[in-house]
Amino acid sequence: MATASISTPDTKRIEPPDDSPVDTTPEELAPLYRQMLAIRRMEEAAAKGYSQGKIGGFLHLIIGQEAVCVGAIAALQTDDYVVATYREHGHAYAKGVSARSILAELYGKKTGCVKGLGGSMHIFDKTKNFLGGYGIVGGHVPIAAGAAMASKYRGDKRVTQCFFGEGASTIGGFAEGLSLAALWKLPVVLICENNQYSMGTPLYRSLAVEDVSLRALAHGIARDRFDGDDVIKVKRRLAEAVERARTTGEPTLVEVVTYRFRGHSMSDPGLYRTKDEVEEWKRRDPLQRSRARLLEIGFPETDLEALEGDVKAEIEDAVKFAEESPPADEYLPYVTKPDDQEAR
Amino acid sequence: MAIISYREALNQAMREEMERDENVFIMGEEVGYYNGAYKVTQGLLQRFSERRVIDAPIAEMGFAGIGIGAAMVGLRPIIEFMTWNFSLVAIDQIVNNAAKLYQMSGGQYNVPIVFRGPGGPAVQVSSQHSQSFESYYAHVPGLKVVMPSTAYDAKGLLKTAIRDNNPVVFIEGETLYNSTWEVPETEYLIPIGKSDVKREGKDITLIAWSKMVWTCMDAAKVLADEGIECEVVDLRTLRPLDIDTVADSVKKTGRAVIVEVGWPVAGFGAEVAYQVQKLCMDYLDAPVDRVTSDDVPMPYAKNLEDEVQPQIKDVVAAVKRALYLE
Repeated sequence: MATASISTPDTKRIEPPDDSPVDTTPEELAPLYRQMLAIRRMEEAAAKGYSQGKIGGFLHLIIGQEAVCVGAIAALQTDDYVVATYREHGHAYAKGVSARSILAELYGKKTGCVKGLGGSMHIFDKTKNFLGGYGIVGGHVPIAAGAAMASKYRGDKRVTQCFFGEGASTIGGFAEGLSLAALWKLPVVLICENNQYSMGTPLYRSLAVEDVSLRALAHGIARDRFDGDDVIKVKRRLAEAVERARTTGEPTLVEVVTYRFRGHSMSDPGLYRTKDEVEEWKRRDPLQRSRARLLEIGFPETDLEALEGDVKAEIEDAVKFAEESPPADEYLPYVTKPDDQEAR
Repeated sequence: MAIISYREALNQAMREEMERDENVFIMGEEVGYYNGAYKVTQGLLQRFSERRVIDAPIAEMGFAGIGIGAAMVGLRPIIEFMTWNFSLVAIDQIVNNAAKLYQMSGGQYNVPIVFRGPGGPAVQVSSQHSQSFESYYAHVPGLKVVMPSTAYDAKGLLKTAIRDNNPVVFIEGETLYNSTWEVPETEYLIPIGKSDVKREGKDITLIAWSKMVWTCMDAAKVLADEGIECEVVDLRTLRPLDIDTVADSVKKTGRAVIVEVGWPVAGFGAEVAYQVQKLCMDYLDAPVDRVTSDDVPMPYAKNLEDEVQPQIKDVVAAVKRALYLE
C-alpha cells in the first residue's frame, strides 16, 4: 500500500477485485450513501433535462463512479480545497454545493452556482472551497498544486484534493503538476479516477503500463491503488493520504479503479465496450453495495426508505428550482475584476 | 530623479511590492540563486529568502499553473518566463485558466497574477528565441497586456500590475534592459490602460510600443531635420487599449503610421488601424499605414535580422508616403 519506497511494479489490473468489507457504522455510512444517491438522482435529472433540450453543450455524467468522489471528499475538512474535471457535479455536491445551484447552472440560469456562465463543466463555489471544474484535460493539476503551494506558503494546514481521469495521465499538465508537487512537497492528494476509458479509448491503448500510480515511484512520493466501489474503503484509504499531506506536507498519488455506467458524454452510445462488460460492472454498483451493507449492519429499512424519499424530494425541488429560475442575464461584469481602491 | 536602467527599474518595482505585500512572491527559472537569466531579479533571493523567491525547474506549464492556483486562493504571484518564447508551452494555463477563471466562476475567483519576462526580438538568437507574442495575448478577454518602453514606465506599470486583481501579461523589451531613463526616487504608479505621448508633433502620428517607440523617436529626429514634426504615441498598454489618446493625436495630425516589430498578419497594429479609421475617418488625409517585421521566422545572420525588422529608414519612408512626399 501507500509507501514512498520503491516496490515491485504491479502492472496488472486489480483482478479479482478485493471485496472484503470494511468496518463501519450506520452513522458513518448512511450520510455517504445519501450523498451518492443524491448525486445519482441529480445526474439522472440532468440526463432527463438534456434529452428534453433544457440543458445544452457537453454533459458528462458520473453515474457508477459516485463512491470515489464521495469517499474521498469525506476524508477532508470543510476548509480544504477540491479541484476537479469536467465530470464534477458529484464532487461539487460532495463538497457541499447544493443540487439547486448545480442543476440551475446546467439549465443556464442566473441562480446557477456560476450564474449560467460556466455550465456543466465549470461548477465553482468559493464558499465551499470548491475550486472548480476544468475542461482542458490535465490543465487543472498544476492549479491544484498551486492551491496547495499557497497552503504551504501560509502554513494554514489545508489539504487540496485534485481529481482527474486516467486519460489525464498521458498529458503534460499532469506530469508537470505531479513533478512540482513532489519536488516542493506540496500538500496535495492527486486522485486518479481510473474509469478505464479515456473517452472511447481503453487503458491498454493509451498507457504502456496500466498502473497510473506507478508514476509516483519516479518522483519519490507515496502511492496507493485500489478498487473504488466501496465508499468506506475509499474514505479510509484517502484519509491516509490526506493525513500525510496535512502532517508532513507531502503529496500522494492515489489511483482508484472505477467504471462509468454511461457514455463519456450524452452523445456517446459507448459502442467501444461490450454489454456484458457494462453489466458486469453494474453488478458492482457502489450504491447497491452501500445500501446492502447498511441493512447488514443494522440500519433500519424504514429509515433507509425515509432517507431515499428525502433524496427524491431534494432533487425534485432542485429540478423545479432550476426550471423556474430566471435565465442568465449578464456576462460583462465578470471579464475582469475592478481594482480595489484601498489597494492603491 | 535618478537615472537608472530598465532592468533596475523592474527590480525596484518587485522589491518595493514584495516589501509592501507579504502575498507577493516570484517564481520562475533561475530567478533565485542565478539572480535571473537577465539579472532582473538580482538580489531578491538574499532579501526575501527561498520562500518568496522560488527557483522553478523547466516546467512553464506547471509553474504558470501553480501561480494561477495560488492566486485563486489569495496570493499575488509574479511568474517570470525566462523569455516569452517559452510561454507557448504555458499558453493553455494563461488563456484557458488565468484569463477565464473570473468569468467561468461567475465572479467568485479572480486571478491576481503577473506573467513577466523579456519578449520581442533579441540579438542573433534566430527564429525560436526572437518573437513577439503580444498580439496572441492581446486577443484574449480577461488578460491585460502591458509593454513598457522606458525604465520610468517599466517601474510604474509593473507596480500597478502586481496590485491588479487580474492576470497581467507584462512583456519587457529584451533589448531594452540596459536602456536608461529618469525615475523618481519617491514611489509612483502608472495606471494600466493609459497611452503616453512621448513626443509632440503636428504633421503625423507614429503609434508604437516597447522597442519600436525608440525606433520611432529616432525616426522623428531624422524627419525633424527635414522639417517634418512627428507625434509619437507610446501605447504602453495594449489591452485595455487607450484609443482616445491615439485618436486625439490623429485628429490633430491627420495621418497615422503604426510601427510594430511583430509579424504583419493579424498583428496588433491592424486592430489599432481599424479603430483609428473608424474614429478619425473625417480627419484623415492619408490611409493609415503600418510598418511591421517581414512575414518570416527570424533569421540568424545579423544583416538579415536587421533587414527583417522595422528600421529607422523604414519608418521615415512610411512617414513620407503618408505625406505624399515620395
